[in-house]
Amino acid sequence: MSAVIRFMRRPFANAVVAIILGFVVAAVILALAGFDPLATFATLFQGALGKPKYITNVIIKATPILLTGVGVAFAFQTGLFNIGAEGQYILGTVVATIVGVTFNFPAPIQVPLVILSGMLGGALLGAFIGFLKARFGIHEVITSIMCNWIMLYLCNFVVGSDAFHKPNSNTALPINVSGYTMVLPEWKVSDEGIAYLVARPWLRDILLKTDFNLGFVIAIAVAILMGVLLSRTKLGYELRAVGLNKDAARFAGIGVERSVVTCMLISGAICGLAGALNITGISPHTITLLSVQEGYGFNGLSVAFIAGCSTVGCIPASFLFSGLIYGGMTVQQMLGVPSEIISIMIGTIVFFTALPAMAPKIADWLERRRLTTKEA
Amino acid sequence: MEASAAYAVQMHGITKRFGAYTALDHVDLDVRKQTVHAILGENGAGKTTLMNILYGLYQADEGEVFLNGQKVDIANPTTAINHGIGMVHQHFMLVENFTVTENIILGDEICGTAGILDMRRARAKVLELVEQYGFDVDPDAKIEDISVGMQQRVEILKALFRGAEILILDEPTAVLTPQEIDKLIQIMEDLTAAGKTIIVITHKLKEIMRSAHECSIIRRGVYMGTVDVTQSSEDDLAARMVGRNVNLKVQKTPAHPGEVCLSIRGLSVKDERGIEQVRGLDLDVRSGEIVGIAGIDGNGQQELVDAIMCMAKATKGTIAIKGEQIQNTSPRNVIDHRIGTIPSDRHRWGLVLPMMVLENSALEHHGKETFGEGIMLDYDKLYSFTAELIQKFDIRPAGCERERMSGLSGGNQQKTIIARQVAHVPDVLIAFQPTRGLDVGAIEFVHKTLVAERDRGAAILLVSFELDEVMDVSDTIAVIYHGQIVDTFEQGTVDEEQLGLLMAGGGAQ
Repeated sequence: MSAVIRFMRRPFANAVVAIILGFVVAAVILALAGFDPLATFATLFQGALGKPKYITNVIIKATPILLTGVGVAFAFQTGLFNIGAEGQYILGTVVATIVGVTFNFPAPIQVPLVILSGMLGGALLGAFIGFLKARFGIHEVITSIMCNWIMLYLCNFVVGSDAFHKPNSNTALPINVSGYTMVLPEWKVSDEGIAYLVARPWLRDILLKTDFNLGFVIAIAVAILMGVLLSRTKLGYELRAVGLNKDAARFAGIGVERSVVTCMLISGAICGLAGALNITGISPHTITLLSVQEGYGFNGLSVAFIAGCSTVGCIPASFLFSGLIYGGMTVQQMLGVPSEIISIMIGTIVFFTALPAMAPKIADWLERRRLTTKEA
Repeated sequence: MEASAAYAVQMHGITKRFGAYTALDHVDLDVRKQTVHAILGENGAGKTTLMNILYGLYQADEGEVFLNGQKVDIANPTTAINHGIGMVHQHFMLVENFTVTENIILGDEICGTAGILDMRRARAKVLELVEQYGFDVDPDAKIEDISVGMQQRVEILKALFRGAEILILDEPTAVLTPQEIDKLIQIMEDLTAAGKTIIVITHKLKEIMRSAHECSIIRRGVYMGTVDVTQSSEDDLAARMVGRNVNLKVQKTPAHPGEVCLSIRGLSVKDERGIEQVRGLDLDVRSGEIVGIAGIDGNGQQELVDAIMCMAKATKGTIAIKGEQIQNTSPRNVIDHRIGTIPSDRHRWGLVLPMMVLENSALEHHGKETFGEGIMLDYDKLYSFTAELIQKFDIRPAGCERERMSGLSGGNQQKTIIARQVAHVPDVLIAFQPTRGLDVGAIEFVHKTLVAERDRGAAILLVSFELDEVMDVSDTIAVIYHGQIVDTFEQGTVDEEQLGLLMAGGGAQ
């Protein structure tokens, strides 16, 4: 019991409680709808973790939302609500595609060039939103939601433009192969490579059947790096001070306006990176005509909130999120359970993580109960 | 002491712990009926905690409460109110755009048939109370339109309306003007004469001497005894509260002023609404002297300090540090010119409350190489720097380096700001209301530090709305009125009356 109480006082306990409640609520709804909750959850786990291929796909799908999550969490820690992660993500994909199609350098140049240009796109858009806030006091939520739609139509404009449209499709031209970031891409196209992989089922599952790419390594590195930046550098200190008390920060000689722009620039760069890595790492390696927003940015918001806005916490949160979505597809295929149950779970989890005092309250309650039972 | 009906309130052996921290350790309180009983203690001593237990907001871990000799169990404020206990908090809990009557009846509405509010009867009942105690409150006025002193009376009426026999007033004079304090003391006398019992939480000695019959003292959660106020003195009370003899008078040697450090010429500054608040102000502060600005709030003091810090734009004139002009640059530039400022509102300007104490102690100077090389911030260095400040300036609780700033008491928060400023050896130290909301022990510390900094050779500009403070601490007293310095005096060459006249505009051309 005392171990439980101690655990409940830890900072991440809240997320764990929220996740458990998410499952509980989902179980109730499943039971009401006439499905077996335990069987559904078993299938969910099977679908997310049952095969190396599944795990690989969960990782691949976690990568962009990990990055957008880190971008949102980073901004949040400095007092800004970057709901424009979606737009910055889209601009990242657009710029990466344009650069990747236009240039064709050898891979050691092409890969960083494409990724960095996508980042730059996101960074400039983020900085623009930050500038509007710092210079004119326009709230970042307003401007970034507007920018989300502008970016969506910019994307569609590029897809439809003469220079980049791929004939007879609803996509743009794919970027040149030298910009790909999959692991061992040439093995997948050469006969010897395919023969080697097919002979080894485990490797075949991971490499041949998926777009296994280096993005997640970069994403995890970025999450850790941003954690260090916030908690161990002078810049991070200033950004947090501005987020927590703008007046005191200004009084202490910190350039508040510059901090806002810097923060949005970094946040935007991370979201742009998410977009660029999806272009270099995942087929069709290009942008597609969008009718609605893809949700990578908005899912990033959920990831950031489940993580309690800790950038490092976004790593497990994004894997959880991705696992639920990917495993949820299997649930629908195998059991006929509507995949909306996954949305309900995620919604419930996010809802309960928004109650930060929950876990400590449970700890207090347990402690009181223990004391009273002892007295009795 | 035995429980007896001669006492309105008796709290015996009250202990309250918050986690590992013991806020109250077997505290006793015996309040005689129909008296004003003061509870005296420094900030964070546990006065308010004790009263929150009596009012049912907290539960005591140990101890018993008796009302009129009967043991009671007060589980929540509703029970407290039913037992005739009323509490007026330091921060008023009134609905700004409701009338006085609406506020008083809120939560205890007088209703007619079918639960329809009977405002006429409510108003009559409020009016009856107002007249009974001579409160001078208009029951139809909106809260936002009446003075702070009247708002406080509304809070007292709220408690009386609910049938309070025992009134708890938490720091009632903190927000009042001298005239309003007189009025409040009169009201307290009237209420006790009418049979009520009043408990006043305070750290202001003067007012205890004037208003209370008995005074119980709490020091760091421990009960230090109860004294009969008529048999005591301010110095005695201060010593009991702090645990040592306190010098209520500032001790200092004559100043040895050097060259002019801070020079202001023809300065004009507008406030946020665009109204000129500083109007062609001239002022010199030399190293090794304390210049005190005496004046009533709202005569340009805030704008003057803001302009020096480059938080506000100087529309005209110059501000120079050792001959170098700094007006309209940036706070960073001002700090780099070795100006330290103790802001008037420490929560707004001085501290980032959710951050750790060690992070706050580096604020302003966090960019220096001593706190980490290059872009890195070295938390070990921050820790040792802060630990040294905590020890040197006796910031409590000891070992609070990694605590959140918001967990410290007001006095210790202020000490943290002052320690941080002094640690960086400023040439000019601006102290704006440096003792606002502090208790005597902390005030003595602040004044001592200002004098010590002066003796080190710093130029000190003290801006305060407390005339006593300006007269006690300053070597030179400058009177500000309507955004201008109307006169300056050497300390000791001017009396309170003369300054008061000038502050009220009596010397303006």
